[in-house]
Amino acid sequence: MKKINKNSLNGFINYGIVIAAFVILQAAIGMGRLSNSLQSLLVPACCYIVMAVSLNLTVGILGELSLGHAGFMSLGAFSGIVASILLQDLVPMAPLRLALSMVVGAAAGALGGVIVGVPVLRLQGDYLAIVTLAFGQIIKNIIMVLYVGVDENGFHMAASSDHFNLSADGTAIIKGPMGAVGVTKLASFTAGFILILITLVVVQNLVNSRSGRAIMALRDNRIAAESVGINVTKYKLMAFVTSAALAGAAGTLFGLNYSSTVASKFDFNTSILVLVFVVLGGLGSIRGSIIAAALLYVLPELLRSFDIAEYRMLIYAIVLILVMLATNNEQFTALMGRVGGWFKAAGKRIAGWLKSLGRTESKGKGGTTNG
Amino acid sequence: MAEKKQFEKGKMVPVPSHSIIPERDLGTSPILECSHLGIDFGGLTAVNEFNITVGRTEIAGLIGPNGAGKTTVFNLLTKVYQPTRGTILLDGLDTHGKTPSQINRMGIARTFQNIRLFNNLSVEENVKIGLHNQEKYSMFSGILRLPKYWRQEKAAHERALELLSIFDMQDLADHQAGSLPYGAQRRLEIVRALATNPALLLLDEPAAGMNPSETAELMENIVKIRDTFQIAIMLIEHDMSLVMGICEGICVLNFGQIIAKGTAEEIQSNPTVIEAYLGKQQ
Amino acid sequence: MSFLNNVITGVSLGSIYAIIALGYTMVYGIAKMLNFAHGDVIMVGAYVCFFAMNSAGLPPVVGVLLAIVVCTALGVVIERLAYKPLRAAPSLAVLITAIGVSYLLQNGAQILWGAATKTFTPIVSTDPDARLVLIPGQLSISYVAILSIVCCVVVMAALTLFTGQTKMGKAMRACSEDKGAAQLMGINVNSTISMTFAIGSALAAVAGVLMCSAYPILSPTTGSLPGIRAFTAAVFGGIGSIPGALLGGVLLGVIETFAKAYISTDLSDAVVFAVLIIVLLVRPAGLMGKYVPEKV
Repeated sequence: MKKINKNSLNGFINYGIVIAAFVILQAAIGMGRLSNSLQSLLVPACCYIVMAVSLNLTVGILGELSLGHAGFMSLGAFSGIVASILLQDLVPMAPLRLALSMVVGAAAGALGGVIVGVPVLRLQGDYLAIVTLAFGQIIKNIIMVLYVGVDENGFHMAASSDHFNLSADGTAIIKGPMGAVGVTKLASFTAGFILILITLVVVQNLVNSRSGRAIMALRDNRIAAESVGINVTKYKLMAFVTSAALAGAAGTLFGLNYSSTVASKFDFNTSILVLVFVVLGGLGSIRGSIIAAALLYVLPELLRSFDIAEYRMLIYAIVLILVMLATNNEQFTALMGRVGGWFKAAGKRIAGWLKSLGRTESKGKGGTTNG
Repeated sequence: MAEKKQFEKGKMVPVPSHSIIPERDLGTSPILECSHLGIDFGGLTAVNEFNITVGRTEIAGLIGPNGAGKTTVFNLLTKVYQPTRGTILLDGLDTHGKTPSQINRMGIARTFQNIRLFNNLSVEENVKIGLHNQEKYSMFSGILRLPKYWRQEKAAHERALELLSIFDMQDLADHQAGSLPYGAQRRLEIVRALATNPALLLLDEPAAGMNPSETAELMENIVKIRDTFQIAIMLIEHDMSLVMGICEGICVLNFGQIIAKGTAEEIQSNPTVIEAYLGKQQ
Repeated sequence: MSFLNNVITGVSLGSIYAIIALGYTMVYGIAKMLNFAHGDVIMVGAYVCFFAMNSAGLPPVVGVLLAIVVCTALGVVIERLAYKPLRAAPSLAVLITAIGVSYLLQNGAQILWGAATKTFTPIVSTDPDARLVLIPGQLSISYVAILSIVCCVVVMAALTLFTGQTKMGKAMRACSEDKGAAQLMGINVNSTISMTFAIGSALAAVAGVLMCSAYPILSPTTGSLPGIRAFTAAVFGGIGSIPGALLGGVLLGVIETFAKAYISTDLSDAVVFAVLIIVLLVRPAGLMGKYVPEKV
């Protein structure tokens, strides 16, 4: 009898959830049951799901707190936008151009991951968190003064408008504090869906491999991990860079979903927002990250349309605090455990009942064939 | 697995570094040679002039009163601490400047006094992490699940169960390591260390917290491990029945200095050792 | 002379950072948590002072005192309601709760007082002529700068005396070393932590008023950026260390001012954080922090 690995079963359930959600939403769009404002949330929601799953790789699976995940998203967004504009004539096919831009965005994110990863190797705990925070701020700050454009003389890049000598017919892609403007919107819900699937394949398969186990070993006990011959530097960097690359790809998709994007969109608050998704979804739980990101991104946006729009962030804050207090309260978790236990017991009883039903049936069948 | 060979607790013979090794190991080079090893923490000398030679199939004991520096010696051997002075030769190779993970790949595996398991992972995963450097597929083969991945994962799974069976723990493979009872956690740590395919296994108080019958079983298992894997084992232990029962060469440490070396009989009758443990007789 | 002027500006800005950083560092030292809501307590303090002076027409001194009282109470209430139930929870849960409190304060302020920025009335004259002139036409110090530096020095001296000499201060140091042991020695850990939050929040009120006097723009998000900078300063100096917070704060202020003056106004943030990363690479526990390796 073949025993199915619990982890791979979990992974398949996650693919199932994502695919089912995609099919249902596509059907709803086809039937005209999804309002335009909701439809406009689909691509960013996909981006935030990828952000949350990739941050979970750093925070939940590697066990290092990162407060600058939006920095990688920013790198991916702007490099992806630049790539998409440079590739405009070379690759006329939009989906392919989007895919190539996302590869560029992922590469830019990965590069950022290496740059942050190296100091990260020397630091621990809150000191590490502050370095990721600092990195996020630096990226934001640099992109805000960056000018990038292309003209007949080629590619131009400058750190201020004075040094930005783009010819009159040139296209400015990033204009300092104004950010990227005149972007052709290439992103689509399908692309977002595919990116989520790729992210799931990468993260889930990584976790269930030799490398993933090494990463989790570092999380659980660094000294023991070293004692069994695990290279700390290599696997910390691997987790960091993979996480950053996925965030970069998500950033590209995000950037190519709007006609203009500013660097301040990817600030500390965005990093925190994604961290909240990860923590509320459950550290290390991929499914939790997906669900938390989808719900928590869409819910406050939905609240916009109600009368309580003014209070929506206040409500969000209060809910956030209450959820944290409740999930860390022994009595509450004990109660939830008991409720879960009832469901489990009920499920077992039903399963047992069905089994016995099936057994009597097959017995009956067997009886007839014998007879 | 290699052909089993039972070693007798036999005659010990002197070697140049004022140590003794089992007579049967004389034909091969020693697995571990420490000379003038020492470390200072600030102004405090924690270990000094630590000289020892361990034979290839020896079970060596490191004993001494609390705070004598026994665990510090293990930390020096595994490079958790970098020694201030002296050299460590592992299988004839200098370990100077190596990191703990490189030391493991060179052939030393260890357990810890305060158990250090990967608590959130399953028993099997803990052992598979020990097999990390025996598996050879890359991150990409893992993500893309190439045939290499499936082949090696299957082999690792089988090997992990085989190793767990030493302590009859194969049925616990799916349990979370952190939820195991204390004794099982200690045994799992030994299995994990063995999984790294060491030439020298360091056990830091393997019998701590065990009752006499568990200790007796552990003693048998330690000898069995040495016989099966044909490796050297060095252990720190306070349980004298275990040390005197299975250790061949014993080294006594007090205040960071070696105060005696010899066989169980020699150590038991050594006046300096008795004084270190019981104090000076009036 | 512009160099000396920059040093003065930097030190006075840094003094404000230092006062905020003290709040972070004290709370971290005792509760081992990053209190992300600290920056928003600054904002509340500034608003209270603003309304006391502008709406109620109270004199600046009363406004400041009122701000201190309100912030102290706020700090204690936040600790009791949001953080105390999480004493045993993982640090990340506490961090997220602190972020929640930060959102709550910002959005609460927005609903109560509106999102539009208000122009803060400085508590001391900031008139370009009303400065202490050291070298006529070349070197002068604004009164706000003097006040900031004096406040910072007084606060530092008082805190050093408090933690070193008083019973409560010693209890705080004991709690930051080992809460369990402190409890066994008869120290009331809960009230000690409350006290720490009270002091930190009172300091936040002072910092809020000083900061808005120097840079008189007040909005619900006024506190977040200085909060992040001061947190950086605390880490810079070695989080948990009181002299470290002073050193980190002042250095951060000076670096920021110099970056603005000599490199680029737009890139000052990047420079500050780059220096932080470099410092942490050389000293992984900050300038005055102690690096304690894990015991094996």
